[in-house]
Amino acid sequence: MKREPVKYALLVAVALLAPLYFSGGYLMNVLVFVGINTLLVVALNLLLGFAGQISLGHAGFFGLGAYISAILTATHQVNPWLVMLIAALAVSALAFLIGFPVLKLKGHYLAMATLGLGIIIYIFFNEAVDITGGPSGFSGVPNLSIGALVFDDDVKNYYLVWSFTLVVILLAVNLSRSRIGRALRAIHDSEVAARVMGVNVRLLKVQIFALSAFISALAGSLYAHVMTFVAPASFGFHFSVELVTMVIIGGLGSVYGSLLGAALLTLLPEMLRAFQDYDIIIYGLILILATMFMPGGLVRGIPAVLAAILPKKQERG
Amino acid sequence: MLKIKNINTYYGKVHALKNVSLHLNAGEIVTLLGANGAGKTTILNTLSALTPAGSGEILFEGARIEALPPDRIVKLGICQVPEGRQVFKPLSVEDNLELGAYLRYRSREGRGAIKKDLEKVYQLFPRLLERRGQMAGTLSGGEQQMLAIGRALMARPRLLLLDEPSMGLAPLIVQEIFRVIETLRQESGTTVLLVEQNAKAALKMADRGYVMETGKVILEGVASELLENKEVQRAYLGKEKKEIWER
Amino acid sequence: MNLSDQIIQFLLSGFATGAIYALIGLGFSIIYNSTGIINFAQGEFVMLGGMVTMFFLTSLHLPLPAALVGAVAITTVVGVLFERLAIRPIRKPTPLNLVIITIGGSILIRGLAMLVWGKDTHAIPGFSGEEPIQLGNASLLPQHLWIFGITTLVIIVSKVFFNYTISGKAMRACAFNPRAASLIGIDVRRMVLFSFIISSAMGSMAGFIIAPLTMTSYDVGIMLGLKGFCAAIIGGMSSGLGTVFGGIILGILESLGAGLISSGYKDAVAFVILLLILFIRPQGIFKRADSERV
Repeated sequence: MKREPVKYALLVAVALLAPLYFSGGYLMNVLVFVGINTLLVVALNLLLGFAGQISLGHAGFFGLGAYISAILTATHQVNPWLVMLIAALAVSALAFLIGFPVLKLKGHYLAMATLGLGIIIYIFFNEAVDITGGPSGFSGVPNLSIGALVFDDDVKNYYLVWSFTLVVILLAVNLSRSRIGRALRAIHDSEVAARVMGVNVRLLKVQIFALSAFISALAGSLYAHVMTFVAPASFGFHFSVELVTMVIIGGLGSVYGSLLGAALLTLLPEMLRAFQDYDIIIYGLILILATMFMPGGLVRGIPAVLAAILPKKQERG
Repeated sequence: MLKIKNINTYYGKVHALKNVSLHLNAGEIVTLLGANGAGKTTILNTLSALTPAGSGEILFEGARIEALPPDRIVKLGICQVPEGRQVFKPLSVEDNLELGAYLRYRSREGRGAIKKDLEKVYQLFPRLLERRGQMAGTLSGGEQQMLAIGRALMARPRLLLLDEPSMGLAPLIVQEIFRVIETLRQESGTTVLLVEQNAKAALKMADRGYVMETGKVILEGVASELLENKEVQRAYLGKEKKEIWER
Repeated sequence: MNLSDQIIQFLLSGFATGAIYALIGLGFSIIYNSTGIINFAQGEFVMLGGMVTMFFLTSLHLPLPAALVGAVAITTVVGVLFERLAIRPIRKPTPLNLVIITIGGSILIRGLAMLVWGKDTHAIPGFSGEEPIQLGNASLLPQHLWIFGITTLVIIVSKVFFNYTISGKAMRACAFNPRAASLIGIDVRRMVLFSFIISSAMGSMAGFIIAPLTMTSYDVGIMLGLKGFCAAIIGGMSSGLGTVFGGIILGILESLGAGLISSGYKDAVAFVILLLILFIRPQGIFKRADSERV
């Protein structure tokens, strides 16, 4: 498998060069969000695709990261980088603690529990007006900066976000090919078998849940600093479902698939601006059709389609 | 009455039945013998369309049935009493029996005829009558087996598929159940395909038998001859070896 | 009003919303028991019940009874289509796939409702006017009586159906052991379809009896659905009284929480209870872990 480093190098090159073509345009801004969403989708995919554990509450972790960063930096003027680390650690500690009872549940029950968790967090954002600013949101979040370099335009934010995204992708790829990745896949296939193989299933699931929350909170912090404004509407149930959709579309258990899924579903609404209000219908349809007809997601779907279109050539080739 | 021709059945990638052929004449009791995993239950499930055949033909009274769904098979008169009873535990004994006649209710058959059959089942198994209002889950294993057979009889089967009716039951109850099977054949002419671990008892009652091994039929014959067959005796009747079929 | 009067008032209104949660919860457990699916689109049936009634009343000016019947009919058709187009064709029905497909379905139904009726909130008049009925120091809306009446009726009818008709018994048999059910000629897929029909009809009724109290819009289904699920979880996914009590407990706690603590966190009450139950007693609070489901 010497292809892996090549693939990654290619991705880095494309990511680095993209602004040359898009800078100044509206798309630059969209690409920043592709980066943030990729972080979230990779995080969720670790849980959903590798360990087979669904979460419908990841928007909540994302939101917590965003709000912690927003509040501590804007109201209390704490160093944003430090806050980013604190937020990610705090959220993953929370996930670790609730992970034990939550991940004991399976299937539909797990889905409902994580959904409930997400909604409780969402209600908190809306109702704790004194702290969060309530439904109208929280503004005045400072941009991130390193020395004199302030990340205050799309190109700078692009490089900021994507440096995180690329590092996380690298980590996730390595994780999936490590012993832990194999253990996770074993859990996905059969928990009993995994346990027999000597995997501490319960702990591993909770750890991956915490790691996933860590990355999600990180994405949230970045989001808060890039937007300089946060509001509960960005962290609702609907966004959790969008994230699941991105994972499925991209391909369960595939890191590069996560990138594809996040890119496609972040760019799609922009391309279909005419349908603005109807994107919800399109999401619904995509979810159903993709689960039915493309259970492997784009990463496996595209090669399969290509193989179906060009069967003879490949066989003879 | 029933003819199975060269069927192949797969569980995923596992080739569970390999070119199996067998037949049953009307009114016969035929038994299927073989070790665990030989494919006996698979034959019954292929007949009942729970695990449809991948290839081959199944003829019931001359008509092809291998592509029909499970409910059509029952409608034709082929009923299976599954392994391990599988009664509907949360429902009452009488509800279980009534459900056996589900298709007859649906085809708007008169309630009178169904009621009569219910009484017949209670005659065959008086213990079910005593417990008619009880939840099926509260019955003993033997009573559950009776209920499972009774439930199948409520559909008025012409071909009864019995999967290990003696499994886990006390010898006296096994005798009672085997007695009922013979009564059925004598009184209603029901054809029976019987899968049994208790090969001796099965062969004593049956007219003919088939022996299976790893998905294939390896031996066929009249029951009395199979009882005498050295190979069968060694493998399934425990002669010249310890009694391996009885636990 | 003094505190005890207030509490009586909260209990009454909590009882009414609880009855609605119970109806929605029954829809969840009926589908769950016959298919093992938690139908995330259940709340959308509730939404459709209210919205279709609104549409028939205000756009087509149908009389109320016709509008209600029409709402049940249309919602049931949607339920059937949903089962046929989204559930039945699934080749690998893993829990994950089913969760995703039913979520997809719920988003789709919600989106279509938005397309047809817009994003506005709509009001439906109470079935028998808005004149409150005084009960001591507490008061009750006539709609509350409709809620109690219709919920009770639905519960009785479903009890009779599941315990005394052959189709009802067949559904229970199928819920317990679909393999054995198909061996006696029960068409399992037909039972699944039945369960969607019953659940969508029940959901739509919950939707139109609550609409006069709370208004309705294309997106009310999410919350109502989740509350109904919570009721079913408290009741241990039983398709009987467990879920009914679950709904009432939830309704009352929510109403007390809203009245005595903070109305903003009212919705959180249900989810905190949901999590607690899932963590501590996933089999529900009314039964032993090993008892039957139906």
